[in-house]
Amino acid sequence: MNGLKIENLVFLQRGPYSLSVAPGSVLGLHGASGAGKTLLLRAIADLDPHDGQLWLNQIACSDLSGPQWRRRVAYLSAESLWWHDRVGQHFSEDPDIKYLQQMGLDSEVMNWEVNRLSTGEKQRLAILRLLQHRPQALLLDEPTASLDQNSIGRVEAFILNYLKQNSAPAIWVSHDMTQLERLTTNRMEILPGGEMQVLA
Amino acid sequence: MNVMPLGVFELSLASLLVLLLAFLSFWHRLEIERPLLIAALRTTVQLSLVGMVLNVVFTTTNFYLVVLIWSIMLAAAGWEVMSRQKVRVKGAGRFFIGTSSMLLSSFSIMVITLTLIIKVEPWYSPRYAIPILGMLLGNTMNGIALAMNTFTNLAWNRWQVIEQRLALGQTSSEAIEDIWRESVRTGLIPIINSMAAAGLVSLPGMMTGQILAGNTAGEAVRYQILIMFMISSGTGFGVILSLWLMRRKMFDARDRLRLKEGFYRVESAGSKK
Repeated sequence: MNGLKIENLVFLQRGPYSLSVAPGSVLGLHGASGAGKTLLLRAIADLDPHDGQLWLNQIACSDLSGPQWRRRVAYLSAESLWWHDRVGQHFSEDPDIKYLQQMGLDSEVMNWEVNRLSTGEKQRLAILRLLQHRPQALLLDEPTASLDQNSIGRVEAFILNYLKQNSAPAIWVSHDMTQLERLTTNRMEILPGGEMQVLA
Repeated sequence: MNVMPLGVFELSLASLLVLLLAFLSFWHRLEIERPLLIAALRTTVQLSLVGMVLNVVFTTTNFYLVVLIWSIMLAAAGWEVMSRQKVRVKGAGRFFIGTSSMLLSSFSIMVITLTLIIKVEPWYSPRYAIPILGMLLGNTMNGIALAMNTFTNLAWNRWQVIEQRLALGQTSSEAIEDIWRESVRTGLIPIINSMAAAGLVSLPGMMTGQILAGNTAGEAVRYQILIMFMISSGTGFGVILSLWLMRRKMFDARDRLRLKEGFYRVESAGSKK
């Protein structure tokens, strides 16, 4: 089966988790703060040591190096950080102007200083930065938490379009149940103890 | 030609200046008098003891005795590097990363210098081998301590940026490259500065010593240039080696950051015990 497949994933005394996400579809992940949603995404991105197996389109995580896996299975953290002075320095090449427009960003934004950006602009740029190497699966940790209503719609449409065009599976973490109901057909909840249950 | 003799009385006169400084510090509550006096006392005791040992050692050419003294010097330098680190490797690495880097860089450069450049017979003659290693170690130690401290401190403070770069698919060396570069620079800048200022601002210690001892300035200068080249290359190689070992400790085989697992932070490093 293509898509993202997780089998008996165990990390930091959590799990085992087994689930799969079909190509082009989104799994919604809900749960109280501290329940371990971020930890789960980090383990799937191979940023934390884990037991169990991960596959993307039938290629096992263990057959790739850590960086190779992370370029394919891209993890967007809730807060974006920037380490160079200018926005453009974080991109290997400037993204298409069309994408900047779809995200509601200024066409000159690549030349801006990072500390001129608003939180919302940073978040939208972090998504473009994540997608620049064409990852094959996305792990999104509260991707729209810092955005206003107008930008939320743009970002949702942008990401869904990316997933469809690239047949990429995604896991979307959100506090907002109505957002998950709008975007996803499959939803799961992590309970405070770490167990996972399917939401109707 | 002989140096003007220096006795206990003359040294006591000089020590009055240190005492005066300590008093000033006490008076103005600068709280530096204690470390200052302890360090002054350590200098006096350590150098006097070394003087006595060297007097004996210089009369022999026993290879094993020289090796023993080298080892003591190296262990002391390794301890010093470790105790200046604010963020340290858990386990034996906190001592051995710095020490093995100094061993490889300082010793190999010393051996090359003694056998191929100075060509003294035998190459381990204590009169050359001990002071030359001392100068090399002293400088390499400073460079390595500075570089390692910068490296681990910056990584400790910027771990979130490192992880975010890893999450974007960068390798461990890409994710830490700016910290790496900054640390190498920090370790090398003191020696680069002192090479650049040598002769204009300061007469380096060894050269001053040779001139005071009655050597010709030309001879003293040639030795000093040699020492500068050895020190700067030894420091550079040692710094790079120590950071390379440090980086291997910081990431696992799958390029995950293991900072909180493999390192710990001490609050009082650098400020003397």
